[in-house]
Amino acid sequence: MSDRPGRFAELTAHRLFWPVVVLVALIVANTVYRPGFLSIELNHGHLYGSLIDILRLSAPLILVALGMTLVISTGGIDLSVGSVCAISGAIACLYISRQPDQNSPTVVLTALVLALAAALVLGAWNGVLVAVIGIQPIIATLILMVAGRGIAQLVTEGQIITVNSQPYKAIGVGHLLTLPLAIFIALGVVLLVAAVTRRTALGMIIESVGGNARASRLAGIRSARITFLVYVISAACAAIAGFMMTANVSSADGNNAGLWVELDAILAVVIGGTSLAGGRFSLGGTIVGALLIQTLTTTVYAMNIAPQTSLLFKAIVVIIVCLIQAPAFRAKLARRRRARPAPPAPVADERKEQVPA
Amino acid sequence: MTTAALTAARTWARLPRRHIPVLTTLVLLLVLYGVGVSQYRAFSNVQVIFNVFIDNGFLLVVAVGMTFVILTGGIDLSVGSVVAMTAMVSASLLQHGLPAGLVLVIALLIGPTIGLLMGCVIQFFEIQPFIVTLAGMFFARGMCTLISGSSIPITDGFWTAMSQKRIGDPRGNFVSISVLIAFAVVAVAAYVLAYTRLGRSVYAIGGNAQSALLMGLPVARTRVLVYTISGLCSAIGGILLSFYTLSGAPLIAIGMELDVIAAVVIGGTVLTGGSGYIFGTVLGVLVLGVIQTLITFDGSLNSWWTKIVIGGLLFAFILLQRIIGIRYK
Repeated sequence: MSDRPGRFAELTAHRLFWPVVVLVALIVANTVYRPGFLSIELNHGHLYGSLIDILRLSAPLILVALGMTLVISTGGIDLSVGSVCAISGAIACLYISRQPDQNSPTVVLTALVLALAAALVLGAWNGVLVAVIGIQPIIATLILMVAGRGIAQLVTEGQIITVNSQPYKAIGVGHLLTLPLAIFIALGVVLLVAAVTRRTALGMIIESVGGNARASRLAGIRSARITFLVYVISAACAAIAGFMMTANVSSADGNNAGLWVELDAILAVVIGGTSLAGGRFSLGGTIVGALLIQTLTTTVYAMNIAPQTSLLFKAIVVIIVCLIQAPAFRAKLARRRRARPAPPAPVADERKEQVPA
Repeated sequence: MTTAALTAARTWARLPRRHIPVLTTLVLLLVLYGVGVSQYRAFSNVQVIFNVFIDNGFLLVVAVGMTFVILTGGIDLSVGSVVAMTAMVSASLLQHGLPAGLVLVIALLIGPTIGLLMGCVIQFFEIQPFIVTLAGMFFARGMCTLISGSSIPITDGFWTAMSQKRIGDPRGNFVSISVLIAFAVVAVAAYVLAYTRLGRSVYAIGGNAQSALLMGLPVARTRVLVYTISGLCSAIGGILLSFYTLSGAPLIAIGMELDVIAAVVIGGTVLTGGSGYIFGTVLGVLVLGVIQTLITFDGSLNSWWTKIVIGGLLFAFILLQRIIGIRYK
């Protein structure tokens, strides 16, 4: 640290520098491909445009990734989020579809509360498996990832449940103050989680549990309770995302709702600079990550590539991001760099960045 | 309390602790079969058992590969997608008129290649297996949909022959060729794990990778190899699945990784590695198969109950492993 790096070096060293650069690059690429990409127009009091679409479509992902961030920062993982989305969406749609007046706000509200309660139970199930029984998080949540699809199909009885409810539909495609309602919902949850984790000690406690659960327990933190809590929060976030996904299409499909969202969420978290090893998290990073992934997905659609193929791109991005994060990979790169007339920077840099992991 | 009870049970039965899960599975299998026979007359037909093998041959092969991975303490979430991709590539190449022999070779190379790459990333860059294999899962699934968005039928003569050939006894009971292939894979895997240096290294790494390294075992090579083996087994499983369904579909075998992991765990292999047998995995697959058959016989239960029951069983067996205190992280 003797010779301070310049402002530019400081900027590039920031955790969010590369994600933001890639996000901007994607937007530029889209604008080149389709000049109208950046334009936003006001129509019937609503703002329309590709950027607004990206924001609206990324809302569910932001929610799921938010919960995932907390889970990952305790050193865990939640593979069941997609199934929880499907189950909560299915329960909400099932309840609404059974009522005589689907447009009644009370009906919709009851449906949301019921579905959210079910999601909390599922989150508690994951939490008990991980925090109380001590099963590895991947396996514990894998059970619900696949069995949950069965539950979702059980709820919908294998059918696609269609609802005809304006208030419910509004969650997905409604507008408020010229902007999609989904953006406000996501923003609200983000602010809530940010306030709870960053204005109180909770965030620090979660990070300490992720850093070393045993040490934090010895320091007087109820680490099992915190671990339990993050899985419940994750399920709650997934449930709200599930409402948006099903409201978007006004129907619940046990098989396909929330399919593959767990990878997107993990990807968003990892891109955002939260280490998979736990012990540190960045909510802002996760949001940038989620926006980046949604932009990538939209780009794939815009380029007329088969939608499912975006899985391929995402898989490749996951691996690259993980490689860049991996200490072993960095060490190998650094060794190669040191073989040349060694600049002093990498060693100090590396030590600094490895601390949180 | 439980420990005391179990110690008593152990002295009574004189069983090593690590055999308890396999025996539990065996008892479970017999109970399930007994329930089937007592409820449905047709259940006692020999063909019912044969059908379990016919319907689950591909699952058995994939589970054998997964056993290797889990024995080293790793996990492979990519198997279902690799199975689907193998079936998809085979169907697509056959549709383009390539000869069956060449298609088989190409299809059988895909799985091990993906496995090898994943193994290298896991070993040399020290990234958790689940994230690497999760990426592998999405990669292979993405490839499936890249090849075709819809199901491709297989009309090739070799494939239909393999699909329809019945090998049976004089009384009319039969198995398919897939079952024989699956048994061959099981036999080879059981031999490798029990009697070869590779097998011993696999158990040693699962027991304690650090000690294995200090003992001078080829840890890196073995770890890369188990993912390659799992990939190869998934490829064989994919071929068997394409024999079974005579098609390749982009969304087939979604969620198969849970079935496979469940079969391995129900078969008594410990998720943290180091303890388990191929025989247990065979029993695990049989348990899943018999449950499926029971649900089919019942008729009033929907197929998605299978997923829920399998999830429940997986949970029960993980709990069992913890209660009897097999070393678990």
